[in-house]
Amino acid sequence: MADAPLAKHLTSNVPDQADDQPLYISRRKIYPQAVKGRLRTIKWAVLLITLGIYYFLPFIRWDRGPNAPSQAILVDLSNGRFYFFFIEIWPQEVYYITGLLILAALTLFLMNAVAGRIWCGYLCPQTVWTDLFYAVERLIEGDRRERMKREKEEPTLEIITLKLLKHSIWLLIAWWTGGAWVLYFADAPTLIGQLLTFQAPAIAYIWIGILTFTTYALAGFMREQVCTYMCPWPRIQAALTDEYALNVTYRYDRGDPRGSMKKNEVLKRQGLPAGDCIDCAQCVAVCPTGIDIRNGLQLDCIQCGLCIDACNTVMIKIGKPTNLIAYDTDMNVQARIEGRPEVRRVIRPRTILYAGLIMLVGAIMLTSLALRHTVDLSVMHDRNPLFVRLSDGSIRNGFTIRVANKNLEERRYTLTVEGLSGTKLDVVGRQMDRQGRPVLTVGPDQTLEVRILITTDNTSHPSATELHFTLTDLTNGETARAKDHFMVP
Amino acid sequence: MSHDTQGPVDSVTGVTTTGHSWDDIQELNNPLPRWWLWTFYATIAWAVAYCVAYPAWPLISSYSKGVLGWHSREAIETDLASLKSQRAGMTEKLSRTPLEKVAEDPELFAFARAQGKAAFGDNCAPCHGAGGAGAKGYPNLNDDDWLWGGSLAQIEQTVQFGARSTNDKGHQGSMPAFGRDGMLKRQEISQVADFVRSLSSLPVDQDADLAVGAKVFADNCAACHGDRGQGNQELGAPNLSDKIWLFGSAKATIMEGITNGRGGVMPAWHGRLDDTTIKALTLYVHSLGGGRSQ
Repeated sequence: MADAPLAKHLTSNVPDQADDQPLYISRRKIYPQAVKGRLRTIKWAVLLITLGIYYFLPFIRWDRGPNAPSQAILVDLSNGRFYFFFIEIWPQEVYYITGLLILAALTLFLMNAVAGRIWCGYLCPQTVWTDLFYAVERLIEGDRRERMKREKEEPTLEIITLKLLKHSIWLLIAWWTGGAWVLYFADAPTLIGQLLTFQAPAIAYIWIGILTFTTYALAGFMREQVCTYMCPWPRIQAALTDEYALNVTYRYDRGDPRGSMKKNEVLKRQGLPAGDCIDCAQCVAVCPTGIDIRNGLQLDCIQCGLCIDACNTVMIKIGKPTNLIAYDTDMNVQARIEGRPEVRRVIRPRTILYAGLIMLVGAIMLTSLALRHTVDLSVMHDRNPLFVRLSDGSIRNGFTIRVANKNLEERRYTLTVEGLSGTKLDVVGRQMDRQGRPVLTVGPDQTLEVRILITTDNTSHPSATELHFTLTDLTNGETARAKDHFMVP
Repeated sequence: MSHDTQGPVDSVTGVTTTGHSWDDIQELNNPLPRWWLWTFYATIAWAVAYCVAYPAWPLISSYSKGVLGWHSREAIETDLASLKSQRAGMTEKLSRTPLEKVAEDPELFAFARAQGKAAFGDNCAPCHGAGGAGAKGYPNLNDDDWLWGGSLAQIEQTVQFGARSTNDKGHQGSMPAFGRDGMLKRQEISQVADFVRSLSSLPVDQDADLAVGAKVFADNCAACHGDRGQGNQELGAPNLSDKIWLFGSAKATIMEGITNGRGGVMPAWHGRLDDTTIKALTLYVHSLGGGRSQ
């Protein structure tokens, strides 16, 4: 019977190998080993630079004169201002932040297209802080072997002391992380003084508490699980990569078949296939996510490149060429096996597109920043009533206007309205200057709301006529324009 | 918290099942996660503690008060008091500053307008409309036509004591019911209505005899509305020669007014609103667009 094996398979009580695994896997604790090498050095440098920026940036001063804070970077939530060195952003200009986020996203795409998860491996806060916490752990509790050994022993007073010391330093780092965060939202020296004398606003302590907890939990305990299970980026980046993107790759064309040095030497002498990988598992020992890179590109791999350093150290020791694990592509591994030439293309439509978009968005943002007005005008027509008939039969419309003075000094403005003949402009509660124009004085970095009335005895125009409002800065002639309509019965 | 009945052991996980099977799907008899269980106990403890500390249980004629003595009405009163104390400086300044001087201080003027707008929405909008646009019989406060005067002092007087209100200091005087009380015949009412429409250049009936209408007007209406229908703010007699009509300009509407009289009531707010609120209301209404300087 031809289909007997199939029937047997369907009714078999032995489940597939895949079905045999439980759906839930408990975490295996990871004890990454210390490693030295070029990429490790780069990672230390990135760690120092990024954390240095994060911890010390709020202390940089920037003189803006008497009417604005003198902190270089400040998110002033209570006054609705964001200060970044020479730039001051108002809430309605939050599109600059949007632009920055778009630039950040495009840069991520570009990094990904060139060399895979550079962000994950080197720059992501989760990676940086986890790296720092592992360094502290190694310093106090010793390297991989010591920590693994200790895990099986009964805790002694010394071990407990070491653990307490480690957690104290972790908490200190975590607390400093939360502390630095709140400094971005208030004048840093003042806030530190308030924090030390317990006079800071409650929200500061709450945020320090939240970030102390998240840093301690995410970098001290959850670690690689954040990348593997919580973070959407590993899933998203799979859609952004292509066959040309460099990834941390085990070159199985050169490494396999694996075996001990002696065994492989013997095999080679016999003319049998033998690879360079001596199965020392150093790449696994140093991996902060506890994977085996030799299984190929995988979701858990954050591509920090530490396995490259570990493998190169071993290769140098045994006198074999380095870069058995290297930034490479699967396509090239395949090409070498098949004897085809390797293909390396950094410049390709995808990277050109990303780089072009980065330049375009950057140029748009710089242009709009350079051409930014220091005065804003917004006009809102009265909703109720839309128009008022006066006793002589003329029609009046009421508007509320808001003038925003983004200069850090007081400015005087005048307002003109065009678009309708025979109109009269009144500003409620304001005097006119000698030319019959209203003068609006707005304080430094402030807005002013005034009610204006426009009256016309020319009632022959259509039901809604466009009005053009022009606000002129009497100091430098800069103008702001707005448009609304004049309504009649 | 495991299930009591021990079912067969699941081969993959090594955990017993509950023994129930639905379409061959079985349920593992795992205990609740500890963190979940303790969170659940914590919420129960929280609920009990809450019932002790805060008002919680309805009783026959009252409710359990809670040992903390917290009360929602007290909480809102505290909030209101703190709001009031925050505004105390400006409120005090407003009460000290004479009405006509307020606009000279832009900050105080903005404060008064904001306060006035809120008070207007709470107290005046039901009749005068949210934007003060009025309705038939309820004056539009945005225009420049005032029954009882549009200066700051006159507006304040009207807001405080009202018109035809129960307050002795309120404006008095109303339009008599000429037709209903037999003072004018229907024919005369029609003639005078045509004449009144002609005062503001509105078209009149072709067979209208304006001369007779003028005679009726001079005899009956001019005393209050003036020789040329220009009105009289002392008596609240509307200006009949302008383009603004409180009840409407149709001849039938005018005849209805002459026949049955008119006399809309503006209540007195003195005693119901404090003087500073009335001051803010006055400034707000005056700033809507129709306020007069005198």
